[in-house]
Amino acid sequence: MDKKEIIAARVAKELKNGDLVNLGIGLPTMVPNFLPEGVRVTLQSENGIIGADTVTDENRDEWYVVDAGGRPSAVAPGGSFIDSSVSFSLIRGGHVDVTVLGALEVDQEGNLSNWIIPGKKVPGMGGAMDLVVGAKKVIVAMEHTVKGSPKILKKCTLPYTAVHCVTDIITEMCVFKVTKDGLLMTELHPDYTVSNVRAATDAEFIVSSQLQRMA
Amino acid sequence: MATFISLSQAIEKIPDGATIMFGGFMGCGNAHKIIDALSKSKKGNFTMICNDAAMLNGPGGSEYYGVAKLIHNRQVKKLIATHVGLNPEVAEQMNAGTLEVALIPQGSLAEMIRAAGAGMGGVLTPTGIGTIVEDNKEFVHSEVDIDGERYLLMRPLHADIAILSGYQIDKAGNIWYKGTTRNFNLVMATAADVVIAEADHVVEIGEIMPENVMTSSAYVDYVFDGGNA
Repeated sequence: MDKKEIIAARVAKELKNGDLVNLGIGLPTMVPNFLPEGVRVTLQSENGIIGADTVTDENRDEWYVVDAGGRPSAVAPGGSFIDSSVSFSLIRGGHVDVTVLGALEVDQEGNLSNWIIPGKKVPGMGGAMDLVVGAKKVIVAMEHTVKGSPKILKKCTLPYTAVHCVTDIITEMCVFKVTKDGLLMTELHPDYTVSNVRAATDAEFIVSSQLQRMA
Repeated sequence: MATFISLSQAIEKIPDGATIMFGGFMGCGNAHKIIDALSKSKKGNFTMICNDAAMLNGPGGSEYYGVAKLIHNRQVKKLIATHVGLNPEVAEQMNAGTLEVALIPQGSLAEMIRAAGAGMGGVLTPTGIGTIVEDNKEFVHSEVDIDGERYLLMRPLHADIAILSGYQIDKAGNIWYKGTTRNFNLVMATAADVVIAEADHVVEIGEIMPENVMTSSAYVDYVFDGGNA
């Protein structure tokens, strides 16, 4: 497995049977490929699908059914379409169990920056601010560093998506839980040592006394 | 009860410089024929309220999908949206100083529009707390503490015109949306002085069961038959 697959496979283990899940663009969309046997989740797409399905030649209807990235999508049997107001009532109201998304930066207080690089890239927050405020569990799934530079910081430098919102950080190196005492490393991938992680991480973190092998 | 009008009459209803809400999400649920005709008109200087600026390419490889046509033809002076990353022309015009862009969280945008249409004075949301959204005084009235929880009080958002797309619209003006096209169309129907809807299929009254009407004709002023029936 490459780094992205390692991350997606580990994120998949966080999902419980029956969870309502919103996946961000990119790596998070790989997560359903790794769901453990017997675990079925309902995918929510914030533009208005509860129960998003894989697009096939048969169900493709791209003028009328797209996902939150504007790509053709579909609805699974038992799913439904909703409008934007209802969709975000669902999201802010705490009805989405898990949201999985990438980050430009995340810090040891669970603050997240993933929507703007002022002066360089201003795509907009879309639904991300609502998702991380409203979802019960907010998993940042990303490669540990960008071009060798840490993305897990003491304090984010870019504008926040939201403060104190991230619950879990999953990278190819390890799993961090965001706790009131700071970051807690609960799992370490066998390809890395704790010192490797310290070298790739700007944030302070505590190593769990019950540290597990990440797999 | 809505009045049925032609495409050119629909364009006549839209004044230069108008604040216009466009239903749709990345082009899906944009009123494609009205937008296409508007993009070919000489009108402009619009303030556009839309989730996004759509994409440069649409289904079947079409160029300038939905509202992207109005950006491309530089008919928009101000864009109020949640995400503009899939239309690079927005960043170009923003950097050139010819297009003003205001970004609002998606859930807040939906509720601000709904509030305007529902006669509410604003929206209290936890979204945006602790972020630079707080600094956007045009849309954020203040920060409010309710029993120890912090919220942003977002102002209602109203428009001169709303341009919607409906899959089926009956001869009274009741709308049924297909797939994900209802997105912002539903709230925008309630929050503009003049509401114009483009029908993919015009149907007889009664063909949309009253229980299945999504936007009541009470909200719809004009319908243009998009002629796909």
